[in-house]
Amino acid sequence: MTDWQLVLDSFWPLLWGGLSGTIPLALASFALGLLLALGVALMRISRNRVVSGIARFYISVIRGTPLLVQLFVIFYGMPSIGITIDPWPSAIIAFSLNVGGYAAEVIRAAILSVPKGQWEAGYTIGMSPGTTLTRLILPQAARVSVPPLSNTFISLVKDTSLASLILVTEMFRVAQEIAAFSREFLLVYIEAALIYWLFCLVLSSGQNLIEKRLDRYVAH
Amino acid sequence: MSPTDHERSANDGAANGGAANGSDAAGADPLAPGQTPDDSVLLEARGIRKSFGDNEVLRSIDLEVRRGEVVVLIGPSGSGKTTVLRSLNGLETPDGGTVSIAGGPSLDFSTPISKAERFALRDRSAMVFQQHNLFPHMTVLQNVIEGPVRVQKVPKARAEAEASALLDRVGLAEKHDAYPFELSGGQQQRVGIVRALALKPQLLLFDEPTSALDPELVGEVLQVIKELADEGWTMVVVTHELGFARQAADEVLFMDGGVVVERGAPGQLFTAPREERTRRFLQRILRPLD
Repeated sequence: MTDWQLVLDSFWPLLWGGLSGTIPLALASFALGLLLALGVALMRISRNRVVSGIARFYISVIRGTPLLVQLFVIFYGMPSIGITIDPWPSAIIAFSLNVGGYAAEVIRAAILSVPKGQWEAGYTIGMSPGTTLTRLILPQAARVSVPPLSNTFISLVKDTSLASLILVTEMFRVAQEIAAFSREFLLVYIEAALIYWLFCLVLSSGQNLIEKRLDRYVAH
Repeated sequence: MSPTDHERSANDGAANGGAANGSDAAGADPLAPGQTPDDSVLLEARGIRKSFGDNEVLRSIDLEVRRGEVVVLIGPSGSGKTTVLRSLNGLETPDGGTVSIAGGPSLDFSTPISKAERFALRDRSAMVFQQHNLFPHMTVLQNVIEGPVRVQKVPKARAEAEASALLDRVGLAEKHDAYPFELSGGQQQRVGIVRALALKPQLLLFDEPTSALDPELVGEVLQVIKELADEGWTMVVVTHELGFARQAADEVLFMDGGVVVERGAPGQLFTAPREERTRRFLQRILRPLD
């Protein structure tokens, strides 16, 4: 088998590993992670010291420990206390928790970047704090947080390769299998890298579209 | 209008009937408050006190505003004018004193007030801010109908029709679908005023509505406020525009150091102030170089 033939033959399996493994894993984890992050951000902003303390602690643990260790604790560690979780759910849990920690700080900063007068304007037209948050503050915070959250998402797409170490069949796991079988490590891993890059290029252009859409109400 | 709104406006007293009921006002002047003019007291505040830390901002402020009256608060910055206004709208919680608006319950701030009481207070008044505080992510029309539709549960079509009429009246007929950043400062502030009017409040509160504007834009905003005053709206205005106070106010209060130093009709207060502090303040503003 020639090298180029190998590249061609492995392209579809790798791409499929990305489309059926990497992307769904990243999307599910990002969606759950964002929900979690919003909750943690609001807790962190809370004036209640216990509540904001819990959020602070969570963020500190997530940011202060390696993602790979978090994955291993959940997949290999939890069975020791009788909790066995399959590879896919383990990966989604670990990645969501991770995104939750990082994105919480982004969302918190974005919420705080909205001028205080916007809260007051909401209150004076009779809105509750909850309605003010969802109708007025979050839509404005969203615009500010798209660039940093896109960063988080792009990092996540690449970090899902770590799931190969807890037996999730995503793109990098497929690459490892092809490489081990063909002994063409350099070629196959570079090919996988290029496909990751391709994914991230698509995501970046998606980010541009969203930014354009959200920028329509600000002066240029 | 939902049944609860009917109940609410009914509770506000008969004098409010026209203002709270849009269908009655159909065809009428959209700027008119729809209140039958009478002399009843609309706002009564007694002994309002407020401190921020060690800084005593308000030391027992009394304020009484009758229906259709325009009361203007003047005074140096830091005198507490804005805090008075914010207390009336529940944006600040005074440490003590009582506030009653439009026959609503008399709120006693010496004990903690409930959420419902705070909402009841806000429900009766509407605020126009110095920095307009329009919602930048919404069009002009969306800004105006947000309160009526989201909070007062007015059907969207009716809220839009009423908002359009109000916007047309203040000269913004072409700007319904513009975003706030596309407007001049004066236009933004007029939208801010319309947003307040759309809530059909009993009392309008203006917090230095022209202080953030370029000088040439001040006139168009003051003109709108003056028109509202002429049409019978009850309002409390904090401003540095003494010319406006002179022309539009029924009563002027001069505040300094957290107290009302002097109050009176504009003719008296501006031409023959009784207090030395008032005299000095007016002097500084009217003849800064003397």
